[in-house]
Amino acid sequence: MEKKIMLGNEAIARGVWEAGVKLSSAYPGTPSTEISEVLATYKEVYTEWAPNEKVALEVAIGGSIAGVRTLACMKHVGLNVASDPLYTFSYTGVNGGCVIVVADDPGLASSQNEQDTRMIARSAHIPCIEPSDSQEAKDFIKIAYEISEKYDTPVIYRTTTKLAHSQSIVELYDRVEVEDKSYTRDFTKYVMMPSSAIGRHKVVEAREISLAEDCSNLSINKAEYNDTKIGFITSGIAYQYVKEVCPNASVLKLGMVNPLPKKLIQEFASKVDTLYVFEELEPVIEEQIKSWGIQVVGKDKFTKQGEYSANLLKKVLFGTDNIVFDKAETPNRPPILCPGCPHRCVFSVLNKLKIHAAGDIGCYTLGAVAPLNVIDTTICMGASISTLHGLEKAKGKDFIKNWVAVIGDSTFLHTGINSLINMVYNKATGTVIILDNRTTGMTGHQEHAATGKTLKGEETYAIDLAELCKAVGVKNVCTIDSFDIASLERKIKESVNGAELTVIIAKAPCALLKGQKFPYKCKADAEKCKKCGMCLKIGCPALTKQADGTIKIDETMCNGCGLCAKYCKFGAIEKVEV
Amino acid sequence: MNIMVVGVGGQGTLLTSRIIGKTALEQGYDVKLSEVHGMAQRGGSVVTFVRFGNKVYEPVCEEGEVDILISFERLEALRYAHFLKKDGIIICNDHRIDPMTVVIGAKEYPQGIIENLQKEHKIYTINGLEIAKELGNSKVLNSVVLGLSAKHIGFKEEDWLAVIEKTVPPKTIELNKTAFKRGYEI
Repeated sequence: MEKKIMLGNEAIARGVWEAGVKLSSAYPGTPSTEISEVLATYKEVYTEWAPNEKVALEVAIGGSIAGVRTLACMKHVGLNVASDPLYTFSYTGVNGGCVIVVADDPGLASSQNEQDTRMIARSAHIPCIEPSDSQEAKDFIKIAYEISEKYDTPVIYRTTTKLAHSQSIVELYDRVEVEDKSYTRDFTKYVMMPSSAIGRHKVVEAREISLAEDCSNLSINKAEYNDTKIGFITSGIAYQYVKEVCPNASVLKLGMVNPLPKKLIQEFASKVDTLYVFEELEPVIEEQIKSWGIQVVGKDKFTKQGEYSANLLKKVLFGTDNIVFDKAETPNRPPILCPGCPHRCVFSVLNKLKIHAAGDIGCYTLGAVAPLNVIDTTICMGASISTLHGLEKAKGKDFIKNWVAVIGDSTFLHTGINSLINMVYNKATGTVIILDNRTTGMTGHQEHAATGKTLKGEETYAIDLAELCKAVGVKNVCTIDSFDIASLERKIKESVNGAELTVIIAKAPCALLKGQKFPYKCKADAEKCKKCGMCLKIGCPALTKQADGTIKIDETMCNGCGLCAKYCKFGAIEKVEV
Repeated sequence: MNIMVVGVGGQGTLLTSRIIGKTALEQGYDVKLSEVHGMAQRGGSVVTFVRFGNKVYEPVCEEGEVDILISFERLEALRYAHFLKKDGIIICNDHRIDPMTVVIGAKEYPQGIIENLQKEHKIYTINGLEIAKELGNSKVLNSVVLGLSAKHIGFKEEDWLAVIEKTVPPKTIELNKTAFKRGYEI
């Protein structure tokens, strides 16, 4: 049997392929993105990027109703966008099996909050499965599809950042083709008007009760009895920390975290002296167990915040850890916009004009930090435009004279377009800047509906963002090269002071896209440098101030974009051809 | 064995840890790796872990348990030195990249990092960038650093080279192998 070291996300994709899945739809989001990228390499599975998670889930629902196994993939906050179809999909159930992979981000490696998907699974009455390493990430997928079809329900497959982005050894199997199910019209199951939904709500409850009973015998819920002085109930990556610290303790490892296997938990609790529930984020398991009258140690000792670790558990259990050396005081190194990033051009202009920006989700959120300090708000995908609209409607036109909304191209198509329609409809006068870098940048360069390529790499129609904005009724739409900062400055000044809604599309490809390197390097001339520090205001990491106050440009980092040279009044920075 | 690879997003730490992981796997060990993707990759401080042994549970190394800290940048070596166990060692690419907090003058880049770390730790330094430039491509810096690290991790040189051959882009195989050897021979 072939063994391979695989990323959790790669293993999920492999499991999906092995399980005979035929259709997958997703929107990129860390830490879930690689699942779709890997899945796209298997020719047997139709895979696509949808404009947002709601669309992705609805596509998966359509495929399931048609009678094939389907997948939808997203990050935790993406499930909020998809929650409208999700809650009702729980009622209709499936035809072909359907799994929704949702990646949580405890520790906020790349997210705006730390919400716990298990809570949503509970409130939507959808079974939730959670693997603890790459092998399980692959194998549990097949079980998820079996449960989906046996119990006529979508299944949420919950992962976390550590699982998604760690690698461990996986045994590979072949794909097993699953026969397509036939489609039969059944409006009492698939048309969720009140008369049908009343009946389906009963089905949902009955389903959850029977699944709760059956899951005590499910192979992925496993009690490992060892020393019974201490017992742990745990799931996902937290299981690994327990085994690391207490290899001899008894552990009840839950592969299914909703519903909980009550019988199995009661039995386990009765056999151990002290029972700990070790779960990252919310006390989802703990509160249910406590409600059955069982004493457990949980969130009174373990935090609801961030990622867990073996040291965290060690400290609580033994009051000590293995740390030998003190942590040194060091200046932070937060993430920053890359050298050559076109977003920096727009932000440098906004900074110069002292304009606030309602921001959005993407690399450009980094415009919030020094020295750019431009972004004032970031809530969720698409919120920049509607937030700006709210500011205007609350305090009037004059209040937003020094405000704009900034949103990326992919984010604009995700949910920003709805907000723009609202601005047109409700007579807004604000300025929206679409930072069009021709890709979904932050998650690692995924295609979208305006790039002209599909997830599979096929050519397709590229939506013209300017025409789209005009079509919904924006009269003032212009496209400016992001590196043309003089035109940007002129247009932004004009539009924030104007009385009409304006969309400025600042367009230039992401500096990390293949073939986007400029054929130059920037060089600083110490003789001409007046040590004014203007070039440092753009926040390019390739520039540093030397001990004598002059500027040095790191040639290995410099992308040759020349933005720094544009801000030097003394001609001390030169673009040299390479 | 607990190995931690740190650096600045974009320096190639991820590929380095993947090669270490694959090499250990081919020697028959249980291996786990932990990586950083998404926002943190954009020029920020990045950390990857490689653990191998008979049985590995958690994919990350805990503070106080790292055998080898491989750093692609001086300040990052200092930032994560407290992860080392008592006799753990540091491999450091002797290079400075100012974080934005230093560029804008809010903080100062610490002076004498290597000398200070030497007081408590065994530290091996290498000017990987200079060697990589000599070889004609600054990007193979990670293979130079890997070469020096490989000597301290163990396994045979040919085992490492075989994995490099299978992992790096085909056009760069020879260059990366040469870069690895330059580090290995120090």
